Amino acid sequence: MANVIEARDLVKTYGEVTALDGLDLDVPEGTVVGLLGPNGAGKTTTVRILTTLLKPDSGTATVAGFDVLRQPDRVRSVIGLTGQYAAVDEYLTGRENLRMFGDLYHLTPEYVRTRTTELLERFDLADAADRSLRTYSGGMRRRLDLAASLIAKPSILFLDEPTTGLDPRSRLGLWEVITDLVAEGTTVLLTTQYLEEADQLAEEIVVIDHGRVIAQGTSDTLKDAVGGNRIEVVVVDPAQVSTAVQALTAVANGEVIADAEERRVSAPVSGGSTALVEAVRGLDAAGVGIADIVLRRPTLDDVFLTLTGHVAEEDAA
Amino acid sequence: MSATDSLVSVPMRSRPIFGWALHDGFVVARRNLIQTVRVPELLFFSLVQPVIFVLLFAFVFGGAIPIPGADPTAEPDTSVYRQYLMPGIFGQTVAFAAAASTVGLAEDMHRGLIDRFRSLPMASGAVLFGRTFADAARQILVLTVLSITGFLVGWRINDGVISAIGAFALLLLFAYTVAWIGAWIGLYMPNPETANTAGLVWLFPLTFLSNAFVPITAMPDWLQPIAQWNPISSLVLAARDLFGNPTGIIGDAWPQQNPILYTLISCAVLIAIFAPLAIRRYRRTTAR
Ligand SMILES: Nc1ncnc2c1ncn2[C@@H]1O[C@H](COP(=O)(O)OP(=O)(O)OP(=O)(O)O)[C@@H](O)[C@H]1O
Ligand SMILES: [Mg+2]
Repeated sequence: MANVIEARDLVKTYGEVTALDGLDLDVPEGTVVGLLGPNGAGKTTTVRILTTLLKPDSGTATVAGFDVLRQPDRVRSVIGLTGQYAAVDEYLTGRENLRMFGDLYHLTPEYVRTRTTELLERFDLADAADRSLRTYSGGMRRRLDLAASLIAKPSILFLDEPTTGLDPRSRLGLWEVITDLVAEGTTVLLTTQYLEEADQLAEEIVVIDHGRVIAQGTSDTLKDAVGGNRIEVVVVDPAQVSTAVQALTAVANGEVIADAEERRVSAPVSGGSTALVEAVRGLDAAGVGIADIVLRRPTLDDVFLTLTGHVAEEDAA
Repeated sequence: MSATDSLVSVPMRSRPIFGWALHDGFVVARRNLIQTVRVPELLFFSLVQPVIFVLLFAFVFGGAIPIPGADPTAEPDTSVYRQYLMPGIFGQTVAFAAAASTVGLAEDMHRGLIDRFRSLPMASGAVLFGRTFADAARQILVLTVLSITGFLVGWRINDGVISAIGAFALLLLFAYTVAWIGAWIGLYMPNPETANTAGLVWLFPLTFLSNAFVPITAMPDWLQPIAQWNPISSLVLAARDLFGNPTGIIGDAWPQQNPILYTLISCAVLIAIFAPLAIRRYRRTTAR
């Protein structure tokens, strides 16, 4: 599969701050790639460079085969962008907003009219279509924002934290829309701070921190990279946390993490249920009272903590 | 690659004869003018200030500011000052159109709209052409309301309709010119609150260091050249001329002798400087 987005060694600094520090990115055609990172990781900066809004200090990037620096107009004609904050006109109605963006894409007036109606229905905004946006809720605004970036049926869509600030129901709705778009063949680069969202939507996840890629792969390979399963124990008596750590270290194949406040101990293990049985025996033998014990597959949260925790150590060194 | 084909599947307009820049500028101007209608409070307050100025100057200061050149032996006549005053208020009001462009662009930037516009395949000056055009066009309404107010306090058009239309056209051209300066400033604003102040500060010295309210001959000597070469002075003087209102004593400086020509040249030069500066800034700017 050809890559429709390719970035090589992107560097961008703002005075003292290094927003991007040699970022590489590949997005194959027809896939969703999730760019995952904490606040300040460089997600928005990456999206701005790829959508021609910002020039990198160095490095190259192409979108649909067009160089973002040398052919910005060609790039703009094939992309749709939904930025981190809803970028729609407050005073216009939903329909007027879509019409304006459609006109600016130089679509025919007839097409703009039918497409606008179609999008308003699809995003559940038909009833509010002719109201000024000042009467819209945050979720409605966000949906209109996404609709606006779809008006010209772009083949490549950039979504910068599309569901931040939405309630769970609106978030699920937006996920559905994005899934549908991908089924129709749209390529999507999505940034998010929500691991669950990357897990749900993206085939490939690129984890970035401090402007660098620190891990990359499907959500399964990332989880495997962190280690296999984990055993999580909640002890009855906070005083016994350290005893529990000792007992679990015997079963674990890596560092055992303890959270004294939550009375929680978490240990990476290689086996499945056998490890669980061993852990229960060990804790019992040490006289630790168990409030709760589970065996679970690592979540992306674990991936993320492991990876960024590691990077933070490197930075300090 | 299908990625590049996809836009072919949506029907595109053929290029209008006057070009995309004008088409896109018109789309943006339409949007800005819809805003004016949707937020009548804003329009209302932009009208209130000049109307208050008219009433203040006409009734409070009217007799106190002597107009040199008016017959000194005659009884002090407040209506002479009102005739003299109105073109000054017109000039000051259109100059303040710049502040609307500053604030409007700062808001668009703050809301991320400029980012979105910049990600579209549209002509890159269009957002600014649309904004400045709409802000100048709004002045038609403002000038209408002002003229009616002026008429009620005794201001008259004494030199025929044709030259009065010329005066209004010159005022609108000036509004369009300063809107570009305002737009350029707006693109440097970190937030709309700062734009509210920065959009106005430079306009007060600019409008008061002119013949808008006080004859230049009444100013200290060192200020007089500044006021004489201030384009607002020539604009106001040209308007007084064209409306057939009293002009006071006209200085020897070239702009005072050739007010219409100097105003036209000033507008051309200022647009030639600030439009490219603003467009260049626009191409590089992003929100936050
Ligand atoms: N215009 C700017 N001026 C100065 N520093 C900036 C600017 N834009 C971004 N930065 C800095 O660059 C770094 C990366 O910012 P960026 O907005 O790309 O992060 P992000 O991953 O999108 O974060 P968030 O999740 O908060 O949106 C941050 O440290 C930020 O403070
Ligand atoms: Mg961001």
